[in-house]
Amino acid sequence: MSAATTAAAPGRAPAPPRRPRRRGPRPARVVLHVALTLVAAAFLLPVAWAVLTSLRPYEETARRGYVSVPDTLTLDNYRTALQDGQLLPFFLNTVVIVVPALVVTLALASMAAFVLSRFSFRLNLPLLLLFTAGNLLPPQVIITPLVSIFRDVPLPDVLSSSGALFDSYWGVGLVHVGFQVGFCVFVLSSYMRTLPVELTEAARVDGAGVWRQYASVVLPLCRAPLAALATLQFTWMYNDFFWALVLMVTGDKRPITSALDNLRAGFFTDNNLVAAGAVLIALPTVVVFVVLQKQLVGGLTVGATKG
Amino acid sequence: MTTTAPAPTGTPPREAGRRRRRGAAHLGRRDTAVLAAMLGVPLLLSLALVWGPALLSVALSFTRWNGVGELTDAVPVGLENYRQVVTNYPPFWPALQHNVVWLVVFLVLATPTGLLLAVLLDKELRGTRVYQSAIFLPVVLSLALVGFIWQLVYSRDQGLLNAVLGTDVDWVGDSSINLWAALLAASWRHVGYVMVLFLAGLKGVDPALKEAAALDGAGEVQVFRHVTLPSLAPTSVVVLVITVIEALRAFDLVYVLNRGRNGLELLSVLVTDNIIGEASRIGYGSAVATILLVVSLGVIVPYLVVVLRERRGAS
Repeated sequence: MSAATTAAAPGRAPAPPRRPRRRGPRPARVVLHVALTLVAAAFLLPVAWAVLTSLRPYEETARRGYVSVPDTLTLDNYRTALQDGQLLPFFLNTVVIVVPALVVTLALASMAAFVLSRFSFRLNLPLLLLFTAGNLLPPQVIITPLVSIFRDVPLPDVLSSSGALFDSYWGVGLVHVGFQVGFCVFVLSSYMRTLPVELTEAARVDGAGVWRQYASVVLPLCRAPLAALATLQFTWMYNDFFWALVLMVTGDKRPITSALDNLRAGFFTDNNLVAAGAVLIALPTVVVFVVLQKQLVGGLTVGATKG
Repeated sequence: MTTTAPAPTGTPPREAGRRRRRGAAHLGRRDTAVLAAMLGVPLLLSLALVWGPALLSVALSFTRWNGVGELTDAVPVGLENYRQVVTNYPPFWPALQHNVVWLVVFLVLATPTGLLLAVLLDKELRGTRVYQSAIFLPVVLSLALVGFIWQLVYSRDQGLLNAVLGTDVDWVGDSSINLWAALLAASWRHVGYVMVLFLAGLKGVDPALKEAAALDGAGEVQVFRHVTLPSLAPTSVVVLVITVIEALRAFDLVYVLNRGRNGLELLSVLVTDNIIGEASRIGYGSAVATILLVVSLGVIVPYLVVVLRERRGAS
């Protein structure tokens, strides 16, 4: 992108007296393209293999082997996975957990980031450290006491059929919020620091209270980082396997990524079905990646470049 | 919810503005309360859901507890759990060793591969986006799903690998090779992650510097060594921290492949096994969790202190 406007790689000729007008010799380029094509193909291979396997009927692969020229390509495996494997309710579980967790995470993180980036007090640095470091811990560090605590927190039956935070949508959603708020505070506070102080100053002079400075001045300017974080956090929360595996015992309540495990044992008996299930489960994040690649990569790299 | 109209301030804007101008740092009582709530609620959640349990893990590691009753039933036993873990808990040393191998492979192979690809793809190159997308694709998949996808490759009877190689190897079941099989799958995802981080870092390298070096007759390799690489230092630190953290966190993949046993033990698996597995030794699990906590914080805290200090100094 920005490289387009700058000089390309210098030529290979030994110490050319003048700046070479053209980039490196053509053959080198060709080699590079061939190499990169091979690498890209190698990276795509496992996914392509899963897709191909999922499209072939079990009988045919059983008869002719998995590595064979396919006669028939069919969506039957997908139908079976969705109907007999009953994948749809698990997708619904994911929605029930992820959507509220995502909204609450971003709302709370933006508030904390606003306070930490706009108001100076001595504890800012330690607090920011606390938030961010928490997000980087391995989940296993906190899981044992968390299970015990969640068992002890009662919820009315209306909210959770288990009668506790443990084994409920609320518990898993809550842990997502607690864990991911840290990362979002880090990203949002670093973004908010780049906004000119004059903005909130002016609002304050006009009589805007703190809440108004946050909701009407700062927040609307944070659309870009919020979009990036929403995309990234959706992917992360959707991809969660561990929290739901440990904090839920009722298989039927599990979100789709964790449910994959019961499905393999319970319904899937052949590789073609496993492949179809895997492709279906990959689909939402792949769609997000294709449609919102910029936001996704932006969210991922903002910590790395802004620091 | 966050966009609803704010509460009225009570005083007419003009007047309030004039009053406030006297002391810039002065906040009304109402504003102080709002600020406290805006910071307090997320902070409380982070403390209650992350740091509280983390400290409890440390506390539990010094006790014996059956994991069922009240936390207060735990009996203090001093360092006994740690002693037992290192002397009398067979999976501990293999798990630790596997985590170290995991980290070394990431550091020596996966991360440099990501850097190399980033450098190659940062050039003015036709189709660079396509290459980047293909390599990045695995990053959006969960590690659990990566396990399932690679199982289709590794499966003994139905897998791609044995069919192509004409072998009959149990890639996931054979404890002498399954760690390497898992690492290949994990690296498949890690390389793309590292690549995008470095690509972002490379965008920040001043092109004028590269040009100047090239003008002075530096070859491509020299330009990379003396100009590009030093400017990538901040990104490299981030990548390093992420690499270590990912190696410590590794769990989903091995759990999906074979529940993390028979050659695929990891520290994270040992902790988890003590809660959802058949072996319920909370003390052991917590001791291992504490070890994970200490190692993680040893990487995280110095990194964040530097980053956050710098950021503060920058503005």
